[in-house]
Amino acid sequence: MNIHRAETIFIRVGAATMLAFFAILVYLAVADRFVPPSHQQTIDPATVTSTAPFDHPGLVRTGPNSYDAYYVARAFSWSPQSLTIPLGSTVTFYVTSLDVVHGFTIPDEDVNVEVMPGWVSTVKHTFLKPGKLLLLCNQYCGIDHSTMYASVTVK
Amino acid sequence: MKMAIDTSGKHTTTPAENRLVLSHLYVAFGALFVGTTFGLLQTLARANLMQPPPWFDYYRMLTAHGVLLALVFTTFFITGLATFSVYKTIARERRPLNVGWIAWIVMLAGTLMAAFEILTGGASVLYTFYAPLKASPWFYIGATLLIVGTWIVFLDILLNLKAFRKDNPGTAIPLPAFMAAATFVMWFLATLGVAVEMLLLIPWAFGWTSGIDVLLTRMLFWYFGHPLVYFWILGAYIIWYAVVPALLKVPVFSDALTRLAFVLFLVLSLPIGLHHEFVDPGIAARWKLLQTFLTLMVVVPSLMTAFAIFATFEESAAAKGQRGFVNIVRSLPWSDPVFAGIVLAMILFIFGGFGGIVNASYAMDILVHNTMWIVGHFHVTVGGPVALTFLAVSYLLVPALTGRKLWSRSLALVQVWLWFVGMSIMSIAMHTQGLLGAPRRSADIAYAGAAVAAQWHPWALVTAAGGVVILTSVVAFAINLFATIFAGEEGETPFVFAVARADEPPAPKWVGNLGMWTVVAVLLVVVAYGGAFYDHFREHVYLIPGLRTW
Repeated sequence: MNIHRAETIFIRVGAATMLAFFAILVYLAVADRFVPPSHQQTIDPATVTSTAPFDHPGLVRTGPNSYDAYYVARAFSWSPQSLTIPLGSTVTFYVTSLDVVHGFTIPDEDVNVEVMPGWVSTVKHTFLKPGKLLLLCNQYCGIDHSTMYASVTVK
Repeated sequence: MKMAIDTSGKHTTTPAENRLVLSHLYVAFGALFVGTTFGLLQTLARANLMQPPPWFDYYRMLTAHGVLLALVFTTFFITGLATFSVYKTIARERRPLNVGWIAWIVMLAGTLMAAFEILTGGASVLYTFYAPLKASPWFYIGATLLIVGTWIVFLDILLNLKAFRKDNPGTAIPLPAFMAAATFVMWFLATLGVAVEMLLLIPWAFGWTSGIDVLLTRMLFWYFGHPLVYFWILGAYIIWYAVVPALLKVPVFSDALTRLAFVLFLVLSLPIGLHHEFVDPGIAARWKLLQTFLTLMVVVPSLMTAFAIFATFEESAAAKGQRGFVNIVRSLPWSDPVFAGIVLAMILFIFGGFGGIVNASYAMDILVHNTMWIVGHFHVTVGGPVALTFLAVSYLLVPALTGRKLWSRSLALVQVWLWFVGMSIMSIAMHTQGLLGAPRRSADIAYAGAAVAAQWHPWALVTAAGGVVILTSVVAFAINLFATIFAGEEGETPFVFAVARADEPPAPKWVGNLGMWTVVAVLLVVVAYGGAFYDHFREHVYLIPGLRTW
């Protein structure tokens, strides 16, 4: 098989770029703990609303400047509908669904995770900007999908 | 039975064979006309310029748009193209066409069944049909039949390859037939995933099982869903590799490397579906990282393809005594709508590739996941390079198959440019909306006047403007197509596949050994998915009853 010399160089440069790129991703994943939300915890969707802590969704203080936030999704609303987060705090969100797949996202911040019935999704984020933020469902969940939003206030 | 190897690329198919290929293409075009009309209406709805009536809501339209364009238009065009590539390059006297027709009938029956359910509101589940949204069982059965029909197309391809091998022992399969076969080996392996998913969904939709494993259905869907996009692009690559050189009257740049690129795509398309599930719970990050690496490896056959295309352009210019970038570009036949359309498609793909790297980049995906960025990305991939290549080559293929001259060359040229401009406008606006955080799959993006949402509306208007230009392009295509078929002047339009240069030695045997590559592909799938599936089946998973939320 004849491969043109220029093509060999072209492919090698491309492959080397790809390897460098991948090395950066691995470095970020290992050293910096920059990983996508991949929590592996199941939950019985039939008993979510009667099981702590999802029976009282909302914010729980876990330390100085750190909180857990519990959210329950159902077509077509979030619980809690509004939440206030102290400025500068780090919040770990725990989200599950009672019915179909939803998407938990705060577009102003990099909070973005799929929410499935039977599973708990987690995503951790530090809020450094004050303001009233929109929290919305970004996975199609039914006819009133676009009305499924809530508010998060950072102050 | 007599058979010949067509070394000229000029063997012509029979009228009976042409009717079969055209039947595939006509279903594809029908899906294109209906699907793109819905697409425009969606851009208008999101820009608040119109509201869909309550009896035909946004999500029903969105499901129809996605299914008709991503699944029906592309699949029927590729089954038609692959059948044509095989029939044209493997000449057979009295070729049996019954398998081919059965395939077409099964595909069409499935399509009509699924389309009926979508249009009557029984399946507003979008083209990803994520459980536990529960559609009518007939939607899943229809989709399954469409896939089973493509397996019969694959069988027809294999039967023709077998007949070729029998009469030409030791001879390599002609390049276009090889590309078609490699594409369908990949497609067959990929669709096994969605077939298994259907075996779970259909009994559940009938109520025979009480619940569904949601994450398992998503893993099976995306095991199929990513190779699906390579199925689309390989359809376009058959044309880029074998038709573009013929348009430029130069040989295939490298027959052996073309085959190698296709088998690499076959192998690398399958073990990467998890990159659609980077933010899914229940899948360990290490499996996501592993598939990130496998996803990025596609850079190798992609760069081989880019090199071959640029080398082909350079060779064509050199034959006319032109050298240097500007002269090469100027020497290309821009007035030919087939060539111009395909090159514009290639330009769109460069941007599709850029965005794809972002999407594939593991944790970076969190910035764009489920936003309009993704929608912009697949409109500049399947809606750009794939669809525009298919439309452009149709200006050659339909006249060649019908024996009618193309009605208007200039309208065709205007059409491909309109598509390019419209898709560029729409895709840039969609990508921008995504970076600003706008969600995909929402009928209304006002969110009661939220501050962040206020930035999205102007770009939704630009998206709609792009949509108008694209639909204008589709109308131009439809006029030209109907005028060609019903009022075109009778006459021959030669369709030529480029062939290898005479002095190129045949590709090494291992390159063309599809059986071996199938084994490699399956092994890679086991490596890529073994851990994730092992983890999954160790979990205590809750089965979800599902419901209709529309």
